[in-house]
Amino acid sequence: MRIVQELLFIIAFGVAVYLFSTKVRQIRRNILLGRDKDLNDHPDLRWKNVLLLAFGQKKMFRNPLVAVLHFFVYAGFIIINLEILEIILDGILGTHRLFVPVLGALYPLLISAFEVLAVLVTLGCAIFLIRRNILKLRRFISKDLNGWPRSDANYILITEIVLMLLFLTMNTADQQMQLRGSEHYIATGHFLVSGNLSAIFSHLSDGTLIAIERTCWWLHILGILAFLNYLPYSKHLHIILAFPNAYYANLEPMGEMENMPAVQREVQLMLQPELAANEPAPESMPKFGAKDVFDLSWKNLLDAYSCTECGRCSAACPANLTGKALSPRKIMMDTRDRVEAVGRNINANKTFTDDGKTLLRDYITEEELRACTTCNACVQECPVSISPLDIILQLRRHLVMEESSAPGEWTGMFSNIENNMAPWKFSMDDRDKWATEMNQ
Amino acid sequence: MQIKTMATYAANGETPEILFWVGCAGSFDQRAQKITKAFATILDKTGVQFAILGKEESCTGDPARRAGNEFIFQMMAQNNIQLLNMYGVKKIVTACPHCFNILKNEYPALGGNYEVIHHTTFLQSLIDEGKIKMKEGGTFKGKKITYHDSCYLGRGNGIYEAPRKVLETLDAELVEMKRCRSNGLCCGAGGAQMFKEEEKGTTRINFERGREAVDTGASVIAANCPFCMTMLTDGVKETGKEDEVKVLDIAELIAMNME
Repeated sequence: MRIVQELLFIIAFGVAVYLFSTKVRQIRRNILLGRDKDLNDHPDLRWKNVLLLAFGQKKMFRNPLVAVLHFFVYAGFIIINLEILEIILDGILGTHRLFVPVLGALYPLLISAFEVLAVLVTLGCAIFLIRRNILKLRRFISKDLNGWPRSDANYILITEIVLMLLFLTMNTADQQMQLRGSEHYIATGHFLVSGNLSAIFSHLSDGTLIAIERTCWWLHILGILAFLNYLPYSKHLHIILAFPNAYYANLEPMGEMENMPAVQREVQLMLQPELAANEPAPESMPKFGAKDVFDLSWKNLLDAYSCTECGRCSAACPANLTGKALSPRKIMMDTRDRVEAVGRNINANKTFTDDGKTLLRDYITEEELRACTTCNACVQECPVSISPLDIILQLRRHLVMEESSAPGEWTGMFSNIENNMAPWKFSMDDRDKWATEMNQ
Repeated sequence: MQIKTMATYAANGETPEILFWVGCAGSFDQRAQKITKAFATILDKTGVQFAILGKEESCTGDPARRAGNEFIFQMMAQNNIQLLNMYGVKKIVTACPHCFNILKNEYPALGGNYEVIHHTTFLQSLIDEGKIKMKEGGTFKGKKITYHDSCYLGRGNGIYEAPRKVLETLDAELVEMKRCRSNGLCCGAGGAQMFKEEEKGTTRINFERGREAVDTGASVIAANCPFCMTMLTDGVKETGKEDEVKVLDIAELIAMNME
């Protein structure tokens, strides 16, 4: 019987790890479909960002109450996962609480700490469910989340609560069995939460208790393996990608826009034709701006996979607040949806086969792009260092430079700058009129 | 007052301490011209040796670049950089946060390296050096002033304190809007929105911000950007409070109140 359980466990574990790593490789491949961008400078500043923004969740603390709750869930989930190591080893070796003899008196202290965290995680997730479904905060009832994304968020919270309750129930049954001096249930000492709850199981028979303990053990670990494989399909992937995304975060002032060396060179040759003599002919016509995910940088695509759809960006976006079509969160969700569709296309056809769709227009409309004031509120708010603005600006560049698509007023502004050196139609001679008036 | 151009200085074989980059709004927009004049007056009164480019100045290319037209941006930027480098410009002050951002952050990649200062930071250093002295019991003593963070000075470049320190010298009561500093709400003009009609929505961004500013009960809204000036002035008008609430640039506030 024991050997069957061990075998079943090893198979479940192996399948889970295999499926997860396959999906992770696909996501990595998808992210690398983006154009190259070197983000390896200043490793010291980058590690600092990982510490402050990812581990320290600095941006979350712009709203301290939510930040504390989120910190419980995050810390709880990571730290309790240390316990998973023991569970996996027990599963493979057919042992029970393998670490008790190794850790001795430290063992009940650790488990007690995990149990307190499990209670806090449960509490945090419950409050988050209330905020989403009962208090209906603006950013959670937004139409961005209609359909799957709204369910996704609830599934995650419910799963986390269930996993924590399974862990606590398992320990409670275990503590009761220890009280009865069962040989298999090795004495661990008192656990802070389940130790005080064990009395509620005192009327149950040994057989029932063992059944409860085993069922919880299996459901808990199978739940975790299933959750692991749910992550890559879910917004919850941020628990992993927030870390690399903080490392590769933009280090320049937010106001700075990325230069386009190809255009710089072309204009330089136009203004100083004498340089053209030594200029090697360009290999191919450069593409300007971004029309599809292939034209975005790999960091933009990593951003898309890191987004947890919290909507802080859209809640701060002046365009979104005043009822415009633009929602920075939707920009990120669209980018991920598109890169996922491209990824499925590659899985099916080996290489990408034109599907007649592009990120621009099939996912993101011109109206959305045109509403952006480049105010950087979305970039400022994002707890995991995403820049929706960077994507918006690249799509705008494509619209104007590849398709000459701009609102009439902008076309007028362009020609005013070209002809009168100012965005308005004023005579260049009047530029210093104010000074002439002062000099009189 | 005699405002000289870089060309005049160069003709005499001299270089001024600092170039005052006026910007298109500051040059042509009637309301913004008053800000330009106020700042020039302060520079003159405090004995700062400055010059303007005059007719030689061109748009930095900011609205074109943000709208997506990199070609026009590159043309303007490269011409400006040639001119600035020819005059050997080292230090630039400007009263426009869009010009400030692009000159400071985006010109270096094209070979234009200058020390660029926004006028609010420059005013703070003049105050710190004791060069600006305020009148006793000035116009704004005891009045409520609220400060609007422009996106390109605030979030774009992390400058939140200097303008507030300058305002403190007015002896007024500074009240903050609910959305201030890094949470500040945009006026609606950035990203070349100034030059087009807003997209379809439920309200205008500047109406939203104007209302928020008026709700503080302040009698003055202090701005640091000529575009915010236009947007907030219209936003205040929408609330019908334009007689009680004035939108003024920080340079104007200082010019009105210095000895």
